[in-house]
Amino acid sequence: MSPPAGQPATRKRPPRQPALEREHSLHLLREMLRVRRFEERAAEQYSLTRIRGFLHLYIGEEAVGVGVMQALTPDDAIVATYREHGQALARGLPAASLMSEMFGKATGCSRGRGGSMHFFDISRRFYGGNAIVGGGLPIAVGLALADRLQGRRRVTACFFGDGAVAEGEFHESLNLAALWQLPVLFLCENNEYAMGTSIRDELAQPDIHLRAESYGMPAEEVDGMDVIAVETAARRAAEAVRADPGPRFLELHTYRFRAHSMADPDLYRAKGEVEHWKERDPIALFEERLRKAKLLSDDDLAAIESDIAAELDQAIATAEAAPIEPLEDLTKDVYTLVAG
Amino acid sequence: MADFVMPSLGADMSAGTLAAWLKQPGETVKRGEIIAVVHTDKADVEVEVFTSGIVERMLVEPGTEVPVGTPLAVIREEDAAPAPAAPAPAPAPPAPAAAPAPSAPAAPVVPVEHHLLISPSARQLAHELGIEAEGVQGTGPGGRIQRRDVEAAAAAREAPPQAAPPAPPAVVTPPAAAAPPAAAPPAAPLSPAAAPPAAPLSPAAERNAAMRRAIAASMSRSKREIPHFYLGQTIDMSRSLAWLGQENLRRPVTERVLHGVLMVKAVALALREVPELNAVWAGDELVRRDDINVGVAISLRGGGLVAPAIHHTDELTLEELMHAFRDLVSRARAGSLRSSEMSEPTITVTSIGERGVESIFGVIFPPQVAIVGFGTLVERPWISEGQILPCPVVNASLSADHRVTDGHRASQFLAAVDRLLQEPEEL
Amino acid sequence: MSTVKLTYREAVRAALRHALATDERVFLMGEDVGGYGGAFAVSLGLLDEFGPDRVRNAPLSESGFVGAGIGAALGGMRPIVEVMTINFSLLALDQVVNNAATLRYMSGGQLSVPLVVRMATGGGRQMAAQHEHSLEAWYAHIPGIKALAPATVGDARGMLLAALQEPDPVFIFEHALLYPLEDEIDEEPCAVDIAHAAVRREGSDVTLVTYGGSLGKCLAAAATLAEEHGLAAEVVDLRTLRPLDTETILASLAKTHRMVIVDEGWKTGGLAGEISAQMMEQGFDLLDWPVQRVCGVEVPMPYAKHLEEAALPSAERVVAAVTEMAF
Repeated sequence: MSPPAGQPATRKRPPRQPALEREHSLHLLREMLRVRRFEERAAEQYSLTRIRGFLHLYIGEEAVGVGVMQALTPDDAIVATYREHGQALARGLPAASLMSEMFGKATGCSRGRGGSMHFFDISRRFYGGNAIVGGGLPIAVGLALADRLQGRRRVTACFFGDGAVAEGEFHESLNLAALWQLPVLFLCENNEYAMGTSIRDELAQPDIHLRAESYGMPAEEVDGMDVIAVETAARRAAEAVRADPGPRFLELHTYRFRAHSMADPDLYRAKGEVEHWKERDPIALFEERLRKAKLLSDDDLAAIESDIAAELDQAIATAEAAPIEPLEDLTKDVYTLVAG
Repeated sequence: MADFVMPSLGADMSAGTLAAWLKQPGETVKRGEIIAVVHTDKADVEVEVFTSGIVERMLVEPGTEVPVGTPLAVIREEDAAPAPAAPAPAPAPPAPAAAPAPSAPAAPVVPVEHHLLISPSARQLAHELGIEAEGVQGTGPGGRIQRRDVEAAAAAREAPPQAAPPAPPAVVTPPAAAAPPAAAPPAAPLSPAAAPPAAPLSPAAERNAAMRRAIAASMSRSKREIPHFYLGQTIDMSRSLAWLGQENLRRPVTERVLHGVLMVKAVALALREVPELNAVWAGDELVRRDDINVGVAISLRGGGLVAPAIHHTDELTLEELMHAFRDLVSRARAGSLRSSEMSEPTITVTSIGERGVESIFGVIFPPQVAIVGFGTLVERPWISEGQILPCPVVNASLSADHRVTDGHRASQFLAAVDRLLQEPEEL
Repeated sequence: MSTVKLTYREAVRAALRHALATDERVFLMGEDVGGYGGAFAVSLGLLDEFGPDRVRNAPLSESGFVGAGIGAALGGMRPIVEVMTINFSLLALDQVVNNAATLRYMSGGQLSVPLVVRMATGGGRQMAAQHEHSLEAWYAHIPGIKALAPATVGDARGMLLAALQEPDPVFIFEHALLYPLEDEIDEEPCAVDIAHAAVRREGSDVTLVTYGGSLGKCLAAAATLAEEHGLAAEVVDLRTLRPLDTETILASLAKTHRMVIVDEGWKTGGLAGEISAQMMEQGFDLLDWPVQRVCGVEVPMPYAKHLEEAALPSAERVVAAVTEMAF
């Protein structure tokens, strides 16, 4: 298959496209649609003021989160950013738990303490959710350091955006990971904008994977709108991280179809550019591909959508009905109480 | 039917202006389609509709600003595809009950006690030892009382009592029978508070008890420290009363001026002539005051006395003085005097009411240096141009601090008061 | 119980050695802690004994390795991160404030961060403005962490061991001038209490409250006050800056009724102000005099010796503050 239009011109290796298998393909499609519909609902709930504060949507980037998750085991760790709903859902955090969290309810994954930007689920080794750009990278390095020191072969997947690349912590973290050969899978979701600044105005060296290579870390560019390409690259990189062990870097080219957040009027992107990328909607592209390969029927799709709609209706209803944390617990869990 | 409402487009958005409709009534809309443009502080934003259906009607005209959550249009939903439940604007999650504000402790009515410089710990110690803080000499900065001063006072209390202060020099014998009060005996030593009062008092009774204690402390201190001397003058009030009568005819009943006001005004104006009586004694020197703030003694219903100041008494008209006086009386009895009124009198006037006696010789309120007393208005035989005539008179007295003034100046003051009351139209 | 003579520096080293030897989750990470032996020679010899994985030299990446410490703690280790001085810790404040202190609360109680961070602090060595900060008050300000200031040789060893038993982040501030301080302490290393202040000298006329590098100055001032002014000063060593042991401080105030707080940090918005406010709130009726503060003068630390001396609290300034209270 020829690469889709709009692919970056320079790519190190052509993606190996495995044969599409129906069950897995439908799974990928379902996962991406789940994220898409969840985000749409979140936007709606936000405009109804049920979700407050900041809300950063993953719409357009679904292939990245979903594709990468296929390469991780339940034992691996994930560190993400404030644009984390896709990764959290794909990791298996229940939609009801996430929605409750955003509604500020006590049954949310962070007990309503974190909101949209701070999802935590220790049982799924999901370590947030960080609102400081670049703030999660040193933590990922630390988690990987602990694994190395304790002789465990598992991956710490660290998601961050092109904006984080400018932060000192990006440099420090990649240097530490490469210096100490730590099992971190660095995943740069390059959607070409750091909030309102285009990557061209942000980075003197916009080829992010080249920066990673300068630390002596193997790096690869990936078409982030192609879920199969993402999964393939992620599996390969994760295996390498586990095997050596040592860090690996993926630069995933993607695009967010919505503004940076619900508060952003998105005046800095040309309408034409957004429309161009929307033609590369990862879900639409994959759908088309599956139909062509006769792996997807209208009925299949309808069933998937209907399941998702029901799940999300339920999630919202659950979140609405859930209680808030009692006020007396305001100062609970500032510190860990040691029993006895 | 579903409402399309003004969406929240940011955490700090509370209202938005509908700038333009992009769909018209009767048009079909699909979930996710752009239906309108909303103008916010930041920009014009295209907003999507969350329901699929047919636009029934618009509820808001372009150009209208409405709060977030206001319905803007009604959409008639189609039954076809599984549409998400039409979200009615949900009530916000119940706001957590605001922590009840701690009720302010009921402020006790602060009696006469003026501002005393004393450290909290010394005050506590004084209370424990049963020492009246008022009477303790402070050695800290600005005369602040410290613990060791209280301790010293406690030790001194144990020592033998000192000799009584000398009797005030007898100056002028007032015509009335009452003699100047004898030198007050030294303040009776207060028994140390051995145990708290047996029965708990009601708040009012407590306030009273506290006030009595404060008055006791203050009066004792005054007699202990201030060498009082006394002058008296009987003042012919016929002209004042006649003039006042005429004045009051012109006034509504509620606005009538009492003769006591004339006397207070006369005192205030007389102080301009003898300014050393409008002063305070600060530790070891006389400090003159520029403002003349006459304190008027007001008796309280439950017993007890306060003497709050009327500021700038000399500058007020008689009407203003009357108002101020009435206001002070009602607030004093209600317990709502201001601290500046309590701490800033430069002299006090005390007068006997209508059924009182003919003379009063007051005790000076420290740190003031004088107190003027007016007895009841009485009718007495008066010699005028060789004739004996009935005449309304009042006995005025001055108790003065002999450290700061003498009989000559003091009598000039009383003479001035008399003179001023003979020309009431000038008051 | 047999004793041993140690310097403050050696005491910290003894604690490190004991921890590394007895708990395989413990490792030390910081700049020049390995072959160099530590900027203040605290970790001398430890690399040879425990190897480069457990005595881990870090590049100049304060934010990176403090954050890595947080991550490693999340991952089951017991890291001791050495930030060379409090001055460089500013580079890591985001990780401290936004991650270490908040992860437990923000995750709804799911995470604990058992991280220990040690750093040298304070001035008096003519290192000038960027190298002599006393910013302990900034750390004491943050809910979610604990802040300790060992001022004695015994505390230098015992507090580190105690900190390693805490499930939450602990920041230990070692005043740089204390490293050569010598004392005789128990031979057996063990954890000490980190919840209470300590009365280092008893007295009844005035309370001197202090911590860390200023303890010695207060003890010297107390001696002068006794010999030359006949005043008995009680000296309280805070030991823990967050949480403050207000009870002990109040008990002393109840005895003396007068207090001077000595803090090398700047006065404005500092720890001395916090303690003073607490004394006013909780000890109002005990006060015979307003609480006094002797703090660093509000200047960036100058280099010239006489200026630096004038900018720091000293025993003389403490004595003057006390005698001005008109006993």
